[in-house]
Amino acid sequence: MAIDQETVKKIAFLSRLKIEEDKIESTEDDFNKILDWIEQLSEANTENVEPLVSVNECSLQMRADEVCDGNQADKVLANAPMKEYGYFGVPKVVE
Amino acid sequence: MTELTKLTIAQAKKGLKNKEFSAVELVEAYATKMNKGKKYNAYVCETVEQALEQAKQSQMRLDRGEGGNLEGIPLGIKDLFCTKDIATTACSNILKGFVPPYESTVTKKLLDAGANFLGKLNLDEFAMGGSNETSAFGPVVNPWSKDVPLVAGGSSGGSAAAVAAEMCAGATGTDTGGSIRQPSAYCGVTGIKPTYGRCSRYGIIAFASSLDQAGPIAKDVRDCAIMLNSMAGYDAKDSTSANVAVPDFERFLGDDIKGMKIGIPKEYRVDGLNKEIAAYWDKAAEMLKARGAEIVEISLPNTKYALATYYIIAPAEASANLSRYDGLRFGNRVDGNTLDEMYINSRSAGFGKEVKKRIMVGTYVLSAGYYDAYYLKAQKVRRLIRDDFIKAFEKCDVILTPTSPVAAFPIGDKSMQDDPITMWLNDIFTVSVSLAGLPAMSLPIGLNEQGLPLGIQIIGKAFDEGAVLKTGFALEQDVNFGGAK
Repeated sequence: MAIDQETVKKIAFLSRLKIEEDKIESTEDDFNKILDWIEQLSEANTENVEPLVSVNECSLQMRADEVCDGNQADKVLANAPMKEYGYFGVPKVVE
Repeated sequence: MTELTKLTIAQAKKGLKNKEFSAVELVEAYATKMNKGKKYNAYVCETVEQALEQAKQSQMRLDRGEGGNLEGIPLGIKDLFCTKDIATTACSNILKGFVPPYESTVTKKLLDAGANFLGKLNLDEFAMGGSNETSAFGPVVNPWSKDVPLVAGGSSGGSAAAVAAEMCAGATGTDTGGSIRQPSAYCGVTGIKPTYGRCSRYGIIAFASSLDQAGPIAKDVRDCAIMLNSMAGYDAKDSTSANVAVPDFERFLGDDIKGMKIGIPKEYRVDGLNKEIAAYWDKAAEMLKARGAEIVEISLPNTKYALATYYIIAPAEASANLSRYDGLRFGNRVDGNTLDEMYINSRSAGFGKEVKKRIMVGTYVLSAGYYDAYYLKAQKVRRLIRDDFIKAFEKCDVILTPTSPVAAFPIGDKSMQDDPITMWLNDIFTVSVSLAGLPAMSLPIGLNEQGLPLGIQIIGKAFDEGAVLKTGFALEQDVNFGGAK
């Protein structure tokens, strides 16, 4: 399943990454090499095989539904590049 | 008195207990080595002042006849573990300046055991890489380098190099596809990736959540066991952490390996396997045999798909995990006219080339129309690979393989970078174990013709680190590698 430059641009946007125009071709090239290589999986017979989502056989633990953390707005915001009035700051999104 | 930084953790514990030296002296000795070893670029943030403060506290506890399992032991911490009030970057520009307001569970447990932290160690950006060359802080230089600077391996390159150059008594690492074992092999030190779920992932910056696992890198097998004793354990803050009893790992060392069955996977003896590595592999099997272990051939037929499976699953999980770096809540922000533009500008400026490559591969394999063909397929093959191991372990107790098909190579090696896949192939002996979630350790087996260390890998059943450590300890006695560089 080879991909073209349009797909590269689409994947880049979905990834919220910018690829410089002069890098699109080499990215496409790298991408196709990787896809060619992982294509080998198609020869593995996986009929009636359940996907393995986690190797962890333990079932999830239950806990009481109670507040165990909170009231730490200052700490939560401490690393924010922009904050105002106790909120994260974002660029203006509504005209 | 022997140079303090030459002591293993076990020896240092004894020396501290017998008042042969103080915890402060121990930290000072390592600080001197850290200064001498700056050329290795192993530390990205040094916290010697803090370590000295911790050492004073440790000494007071020791003087009172108290103290934990690692009281007064100076450690280095991979910069993927969040450390409270100490910058944590994952060696990415996108996290430069990030100061966690909380402590990861593993580092908290180490602090509670009395360890003193010397600083944060270099790694491949977000642990994505096998040579530590993708770090935003530049590559780590392998202390075994002679004329040409060699890579320390990755992603825990700073951890392995710091232990090898005696710039810490032991270090934390994390392993997603080989990131503890492979740098340990390249740097001639010992590291163990425990079973998935053995150590809490809480506070470890996530790469691929179904694979990531913390573990120690140290001077020898015993030190790994001592460190693991203080790192392992159930944690309610990590839903994948295993609620199983943690044995005293040190207890297994010295146990007789007579009658143990050592599996040799026939598929790993690939054509063109480096002759020296093949010879050391045989030698290791002979050593175990001489101690009464039985060598059995086993088969892991789906192992040939492990790399391709890994490079679908790991990037897929990474693309999801790394979507949190949006320039909003933490890390670096580059403004834009719209919200999307701000995301794109921040992420494009913050992530390096390898990380971008993996985010895009991951995004692609998870995208509509390709999910079944790639991601779901890979998860199915992952089961086949895991089942191979389960079947193999019906015939043996541990599995013996080389750690890496190559020794440390020069930094910037063209042949490794010409192609997007070549570097990934170095994970061939380690990724299948990660996909199966099994414990595995790498320890030095000898030097190649160029005088560079090679590693041997011992793989165990899930939650049977004991058998891995026991076998590793026996092998270590016979190898007599001669310690750190």
